[in-house]
Amino acid sequence: MTHLPVLIVVAPLLAAALIVLLNNRKVAWLITLLTSLFCFYASVSMLEILQEVDVISYTLGGWKAPFGIELRIDALSALMLLILTGSALLVSIYALKSVEKEIPDKNQVLFYTALLMVLAGLIGISITGDAFNVFVFLEISSLSTYALISLGRDRRALHASYQYLMMGTIGATFILIGIGFMYVMTGTLNIQDLSQRLPAVADTNAIRAAFAFITIGAGIKAAMLPLHQWLPNAYTYSPSVVSTFLAATATKVAVYVMIRFELSLFGIEFSFLQIPFDKILVILGTIGILGGSIYAVYQNNVKRMLAYSSIAQIGYILLAIGLASQAGFTAALLHIFNHALIKGTLFMALGIVFFRFASAELSIMAGIGKTMPLTMAAFTIGGLSLIGIPGTAGFVSKWYLVTALLDASLWPLALLILVASVLTLIYVGRVIEVAYFRPTLKGESQLKVPKTMLIALWIFALSNIYFGLNSDISMGVSTLAVNQLIGVAS
Amino acid sequence: MSIELLYILILTIPLLTALGVLLCHQNPNARESLTLLGGIFLFFVVAKLALSYDFEQTVTLTLLEPFPGLSLALRLEPLGLIFTLVAGFLWPVTSLYAIGYMRAHHEKNQTRFYIAFAISIFATMAIALSANLLTLFLAYEMLTLFTLPLVTHAGTDAARRAGWTYLGILMTTSIGFLLLAIIWTWSLTGTLEFTPGGILAGKAELATLGGLLLLFVFGTGKAALMPFHRWLPAAMVAPTPVSALLHAVAVVKAGVFTIMKVSVYIFGIDLIGSLDSAYWLSLLAGFTIVSASIIAMSKDNLKARLAYSTISQLSYIILAAMLGVATGVFAGSLHIAMHAFAKITLFFCAGAILVSAHKTCVSELNGIGRAMPFTMLAFLLASLSIVGLPPLGGSWSKWLLLQATMDAHSTVLLIVLLFSSLLNLFYLVEIPIRGFFATPADLNYNNGIKEAPKFSLIAILITTAGCLVLFFLVNPAWNLVEQILR
Amino acid sequence: MNELLGHVNYWIVIFLMMMGLYMVIASSNLIKKLIGISVFQASVFILYITFGKITEGSPPIITDNTDVYSNPLPHVLILTAIVVGVATTSVGLALIVRIQEAYGSLDEDDIHDINDNDDFDIKSRSIT
Repeated sequence: MTHLPVLIVVAPLLAAALIVLLNNRKVAWLITLLTSLFCFYASVSMLEILQEVDVISYTLGGWKAPFGIELRIDALSALMLLILTGSALLVSIYALKSVEKEIPDKNQVLFYTALLMVLAGLIGISITGDAFNVFVFLEISSLSTYALISLGRDRRALHASYQYLMMGTIGATFILIGIGFMYVMTGTLNIQDLSQRLPAVADTNAIRAAFAFITIGAGIKAAMLPLHQWLPNAYTYSPSVVSTFLAATATKVAVYVMIRFELSLFGIEFSFLQIPFDKILVILGTIGILGGSIYAVYQNNVKRMLAYSSIAQIGYILLAIGLASQAGFTAALLHIFNHALIKGTLFMALGIVFFRFASAELSIMAGIGKTMPLTMAAFTIGGLSLIGIPGTAGFVSKWYLVTALLDASLWPLALLILVASVLTLIYVGRVIEVAYFRPTLKGESQLKVPKTMLIALWIFALSNIYFGLNSDISMGVSTLAVNQLIGVAS
Repeated sequence: MSIELLYILILTIPLLTALGVLLCHQNPNARESLTLLGGIFLFFVVAKLALSYDFEQTVTLTLLEPFPGLSLALRLEPLGLIFTLVAGFLWPVTSLYAIGYMRAHHEKNQTRFYIAFAISIFATMAIALSANLLTLFLAYEMLTLFTLPLVTHAGTDAARRAGWTYLGILMTTSIGFLLLAIIWTWSLTGTLEFTPGGILAGKAELATLGGLLLLFVFGTGKAALMPFHRWLPAAMVAPTPVSALLHAVAVVKAGVFTIMKVSVYIFGIDLIGSLDSAYWLSLLAGFTIVSASIIAMSKDNLKARLAYSTISQLSYIILAAMLGVATGVFAGSLHIAMHAFAKITLFFCAGAILVSAHKTCVSELNGIGRAMPFTMLAFLLASLSIVGLPPLGGSWSKWLLLQATMDAHSTVLLIVLLFSSLLNLFYLVEIPIRGFFATPADLNYNNGIKEAPKFSLIAILITTAGCLVLFFLVNPAWNLVEQILR
Repeated sequence: MNELLGHVNYWIVIFLMMMGLYMVIASSNLIKKLIGISVFQASVFILYITFGKITEGSPPIITDNTDVYSNPLPHVLILTAIVVGVATTSVGLALIVRIQEAYGSLDEDDIHDINDNDDFDIKSRSIT
């Protein structure tokens, strides 16, 4: 059990290799499922350990930090792990039938390989305590993501993947430059160590440049407006399993990188006082919320609509961080968690529609409220959560965000958030109206919806309601994480 | 039987009824008997609660705690009891009416109708019993969502458009204004519990509190204060039982109930009396009263006329709350009950006319009183209750309202009220007068028109009797109302 | 003058970085964009290695004559980054091959035109 931290990242890597060696589709899926189950179990165990200990520290190979690479799991990492592994588990259950339908047979083994590598990369980012290690894992997950996206059935998936490759590589390389500057000024790569050594050299152009590079780099991966161009195409054309997993996790991990670097590494004083980063985040976040929501209203492809919606939700999270207050950070972390649940539900429901109709256009969804009642009911729950109706997880995040805004006396922005909710109501309402109030199209698909997909979907949907009515766990971990982050300020 | 158990029963009976209707969807008789039984049972439980509850020792039942420090909880207090009693009594009566109406009108999707009805009553009860703003808000949003299938019941394009107007206005106001107001209150005071005397006094400058009041009142779209009133006439595309219960009793009363509760238990009447924005809101309510009445006079469609009459009557209650005097609170609360009975009778009659005579416009109603005497008589009595004449219950609340405007030293509003009573006379009493005394255009007119369907007629008689009873036996209601400010 | 000559490495880094980014943004040919990314990444490699050089340091191989070594850590980091760069380039090239097969063109503008005209129709798909 003392090796859990390293196992949680090594297991998916090994499993990926194993899948390639065994080269059997069914076994590939089974191994994916078992690995994600193990990772989920590991993350829950570590969360339990964190109730007693402040931080779990694991040195790879026994080389002590700051010379060796250290895996450092605090409450924030544990929260990210929970989201990652939970989503991975549900997506694995979902993938059995979805992958069979959408990915050609000869590519399925490699699909699962890439999926596990994305998981390994994202987990690695969340738990590493070494700055350069972040870059390595970031690229591991990114490259595998590019491969996964390109497996979409539409040829536009290829181009979407290429676009993402361009922008993502630039982003990652920016992060690399930033890390380089920090290394040169302090001589260390360990995040803990850096946070202690940086204040002495903080007032130099090199460190300011480092901050800028890292923020932009992380911003590109997080789809912070105006660096969001890659996201709509990538989410729209990738296979359903991929868009579900990415929407729930990938951009959040990039936001995690931003938080980790700005709060743990650079420290609150530097990030928010010396550089007025909080104001920048508030502005960019607000533009993201408005832009994303407005764009979403005009989309006819539901996947694309949800992609723009994700951009808006990232805007919420960035806005919350930009408030630079305890309430703001808590709201941000809470929304990172809740949004994974919301988007997981919505994309999975869409994936089931895609499974039956091979299309995610709005017009295809006419009348499916009657023919696919379970799917649409789950979509409705996800939609209500996205709007922020009380009783759902989305309401909890919205409540805390508006409270944080009012505490900071930014009530025009609070009103804006609520206006954005009304926009959300419009675009979600369109889908629900088409599904429930239009007559079903002729030429019905005869495919039955597989139970595994429905089960995974409903676990996501019900967790929306559970965490909407009982926010103990999500609030508890978020508050713990924020306390640690702020306490760690250099 | 413990009070907590009664609370739980009040919430679960409608839900179980909905479940039962779902299971019996093949058998119309079973389905409708179940609805009636559920309603009657619910009313008994509410009556028991009314009789055994001691307002000196309030009982709170906490259901869940979604946020640290904030819970979903139920607590009965006098205002809530009025609402619960009214809704609890009128649900079975409306079910009775609906049985007659839906069958005579051969409506489709009746199962969906009864289920949505029952769940809406659940949401209404939750609003009435809510102990804090969070619970109220949750139930308020649920009510909007669960009544949507009822509004769009007909499934036509017009019904769908109406549904969008309904959802749009109610959701925008509730998410944009009401939620903001609630969270703001939370951040100012640290609590959302309804407390006698209010929780906001002294927590912020008067200007801020004034703004907060505006957010609360405009955020309660269900109260149909102008300019957020358009959803009410739009929702008239729904079948008449829906219009009757929901838009004369449950949905709109939930709106004014919310405003009342916020005024008394969040702001406190004294604070309201000292806020400028309350004064402006009372003037806006006065404007709504008069303009809605004038629009009602111009409407030929009977249901549209009644819709605008409702908008006008709701603003009576808002006006009463915004006056900031004790009599106002009493008047408004009493009017919740009086108006409910009167308006539901009017809508019942309108529906009966639609089903039996296939007439929707006032101008077509000449001489119909000969064929539908009971319906027209009921219409007359209910109209007089709305105008505020004895021996109908509405006279008490009208009189108290006039008293309240005098207590608040507002001559303008006194005149507004008197003027609107006059207008009410014109646009409401016109109808029974046409019905009884005008000669029909076509002498064969009354052939083939029978009185209202049996069940519906019984329902009409019950509610009309209610209007009369509430005049003579007003004391229990008055005692209850007085306790609100104790 | 010292500024210029003493920091020649950094000037090269800046030049390559800007050239790489320019190629990515300004070219419409996909292969050229990929080359731009490689150039951009190469500039970062040079940056790191320049960081590693200690004044009067010798290559970081333990011998008896010297006691000031250049820092070996950036070299290690760059090896990792080079591997990452190779992987990126190969994924990019693989995508380019598939795009050529699917679209028949490697020009960004052509691809956008084809995409815009693409009706979302199951039959128009031509990959895998």
